[in-house]
Amino acid sequence: MSARPPATLAAARAVLAKELRLERRAPQTLVAMALYSSTAYVVFHFALARDTVDGSLAAGVLWVTLTLAALLGIGRLFVSDRDEGGLEGFLLAPVDRSALLLAKAAALLAFLVAVQLVAVPLFAILLLGPAPGAGGWLRLVLVLLLADAGIAVVGTLVAAIAVQTRARDLITSIMALPLLLPVLIAASRATAPLFAEAGAGALAGRWLAILGLYDLLFALLAWALFDYLVED
Amino acid sequence: MPTSNRLYGPRLRALAIATTVVLLGAFVLAAFSAPIEADQGFSQKIFYVHVPLAIVTLCGFVFAGICAVQYLRSGDSRHDLRSYTAIHQSLIFCVGTLLTGAIWAKASWGKFWVWDEPTLVSFLIVFLLYACYQPLRFSIEDPERQSRYAAVFAVVAGAFVPINFAAVRLADPLIHPRVLNTAGGDLPDGMRLPFYLAIVGIALLFATLYRYEMTAKHSRAQLRALRRRLGEDAGDGVNRSAAPRIAAS
Repeated sequence: MSARPPATLAAARAVLAKELRLERRAPQTLVAMALYSSTAYVVFHFALARDTVDGSLAAGVLWVTLTLAALLGIGRLFVSDRDEGGLEGFLLAPVDRSALLLAKAAALLAFLVAVQLVAVPLFAILLLGPAPGAGGWLRLVLVLLLADAGIAVVGTLVAAIAVQTRARDLITSIMALPLLLPVLIAASRATAPLFAEAGAGALAGRWLAILGLYDLLFALLAWALFDYLVED
Repeated sequence: MPTSNRLYGPRLRALAIATTVVLLGAFVLAAFSAPIEADQGFSQKIFYVHVPLAIVTLCGFVFAGICAVQYLRSGDSRHDLRSYTAIHQSLIFCVGTLLTGAIWAKASWGKFWVWDEPTLVSFLIVFLLYACYQPLRFSIEDPERQSRYAAVFAVVAGAFVPINFAAVRLADPLIHPRVLNTAGGDLPDGMRLPFYLAIVGIALLFATLYRYEMTAKHSRAQLRALRRRLGEDAGDGVNRSAAPRIAAS
């Protein structure tokens, strides 16, 4: 960490601050993501014809909703930069390109956490059958954070690729969904016992290991490959 | 004159003949000399097509990833062409794997698709991911950027394959007995030779098709260059293409 020039971190912090300020002054992505997840719960209520869900069905409903909401955020991540010339501005600045990756991934992570602060309690109120105890919630937060890190890294990579294509939305969706499948598998399997009817079960370590491995692998890959995506 | 022998694909004929001989040999051995499996009967013979297809598909994706890394490091468009062709062929082989897998599943479990066979499910996911490769290329107009982004995708997807297999395998607590474990030791003696021959044969088939596509692309580029020398309109027709542009050598 100390070997990296501090300019990169400073630049990353500046870009992250810009992202957050943009979203605070003109909320767009966050509102859409939160509204989308709330509507998805209503859709699930009618589509499944159930008032409450538990176990693996609850985990599935939660993770499908969160993943699709994340897709919205991924799709918007670089759009304003491309439209308003932010990317060119960044490339003109004498800083490492990894700063952009760092800032964008952190911004996406912040968006995901912010949306989940609304969407997960809403899920517990609207659809979840037996609520897990405090220990269960803590374990859920752990899974959420590990999964969010993976989604943020892969999402930034996909967003950087997709923003330069003509069929931006299509490429984002068809590419991000299969890439995020391991996260979805691990997260929903890890969450299912927490929502069990019989009370929160144990958290399987192997799913956390898979999530951690996924985060690490794609973080390294993104670090190595991101420079090629912001050339010109 | 740029009439290099790439136009004819010099090793194409030898490769095609070798493929035919080895594949025929493997299938004849598999059909007549290999023992009939006690559980599944004759339908188990599709194993000699399905598993080699799957193995060659994965090797093709890995090869494409390696070529993509080489492209990113060197910027040499030949590596991009290799990566593109390998993914194209592997995708076709992947469809073959899924189809033969479905037929085998129907024969032995009575259903075309079973979710508790982790390898097959992984193949479906891998197929869905690599199916994005062509649309991605097609939607980027600038050829240089197209190659660069496609290479990044090929590397990411290549790294995705093993972690996807791990996640899907873990998701299924009940694991079917592996027909082929890492050492290949489970295979009875009579099945081993036709199986290995089939792997070699399918790999040769992959190499033949791969070389055929490369030759076709090079010939087309050369034809275009010759036409341009004659002062004709090059007649590219479409401006956009998912395939990498190659300069005639």
